Amino acid sequence: MEKKKPKNVFRQGAISSEFIGNSIAKHQTKTSIGAHNIFLGQVRADEIDGKIITAIDYTAYEEMANQKFYEIREATFEKYDLTCMHIYHSLGKVNTGEICLFVFVSSPRRKVVFKALEYVVEAIKTDVPVFGKEIFEDQTHQWKQNT
Amino acid sequence: MQLTIKYFGMLAEATAIAEEQLDTNSCSVSELVEKLKNQYPKLTDKDFKIAVDQQLVDYNHIINTEAEVALLPPFAGG
Repeated sequence: MEKKKPKNVFRQGAISSEFIGNSIAKHQTKTSIGAHNIFLGQVRADEIDGKIITAIDYTAYEEMANQKFYEIREATFEKYDLTCMHIYHSLGKVNTGEICLFVFVSSPRRKVVFKALEYVVEAIKTDVPVFGKEIFEDQTHQWKQNT
Repeated sequence: MQLTIKYFGMLAEATAIAEEQLDTNSCSVSELVEKLKNQYPKLTDKDFKIAVDQQLVDYNHIINTEAEVALLPPFAGG
């Protein structure tokens, strides 16, 4: 089991495929791992009252959010036998089709990563003070709310 | 005592500020929220949680020392 200190989970703008690919590649040296599981949150082009969302502009109470991410991380390591875990969340504008959340869990065995990943993602959705302004084509907006 | 009040998301939009200092006597969270709603009527119909020094608290919580108070609208991470 590997524990890490609080760090900054936030990245400015969308999380690129290249960043995600590099993150996977970095695990080739960790040969006790037998299973990875990855969640990618993508900004969806919802249509609301005839208007289509084109982007989400993310803001956060960053100090508290990073503390919450840390607590989720610690709780997950307590609960599941993971080798490592990485969480990245966007701040600022992320266009539809782009990635805004990247959660990556790894373990020697597969079954644990399925459970652990769901636990982490659900905790992020409910416990972390991140706010999303959904921007429509005509530049009007509404505020996103997790359900 | 001096409080730092922080507004986020739709609440920062409603108050048109992100942060301010407030001089106040010891008070409960609900008293503070009433005061802020009087100052910013647009907060009245909004749904939010309160964090004192980055910990979520309920409305009975007493603030009796210098603190950072954050008004947090519904979370929308991920």
